[in-house]
Amino acid sequence: MAEIKVDCTGETCPVPLVETRKALRKAKEGDIVEVIGTHPASKKEIPMAIKALGLELIGVQEEGGVWKIKIRK
Amino acid sequence: MAGKATIIVHSGDMDKVYSALIIANGALAMGMEASLFFTFWGLQRLKKGELEKGPLSKMNMLGLGKWMVKRRMKKAGAVSLEKLLQDFHELGGKILACDMTMQIMGMKKEDLRDDLISDYCAVGTYIDEAKESTITLFI
Repeated sequence: MAEIKVDCTGETCPVPLVETRKALRKAKEGDIVEVIGTHPASKKEIPMAIKALGLELIGVQEEGGVWKIKIRK
Repeated sequence: MAGKATIIVHSGDMDKVYSALIIANGALAMGMEASLFFTFWGLQRLKKGELEKGPLSKMNMLGLGKWMVKRRMKKAGAVSLEKLLQDFHELGGKILACDMTMQIMGMKKEDLRDDLISDYCAVGTYIDEAKESTITLFI
């Protein structure tokens, strides 16, 4: 099982959402995808997409305006 | 896959093409299917080298307004229309080209970004796509 990192620091709408989806499409079942970013709305919207895709949200963390979202495919 | 978004891209204005591509990419990212039906002025943007060439829908001021908005977009970290179109294609979005527009405007397949276009079609295809869509927009 691989751990895939997606860095969307400084990116704005819709890039964090789109890059997350691209990484999830490439990931194999069981892989972990970790997305890092600063766009505030994406912190709420990536979990919404995870729910819509029926995947597992492992956790959301934020520190100093930088959030980190972990997803299991 | 939960639902589908079908968007008619009638306008070739830069800001409106941005709206269409952002919404369509958002739909794909949220696990929906998405189709973009390019017609009339919108289809002009699928000509080779024309994607970023549309004017601003308001306050274009012979391109000065567009230049100012583009500068601000760059500062805000907004990506190019080209990246949005490539992402849309990569995520499995469907790009449809209106064949009547091609006839009217004298456009040939060779003039268009044929590698990205899934089909050349008419209103029947749009209705067929839209009737099973939960989101449909005219931009």
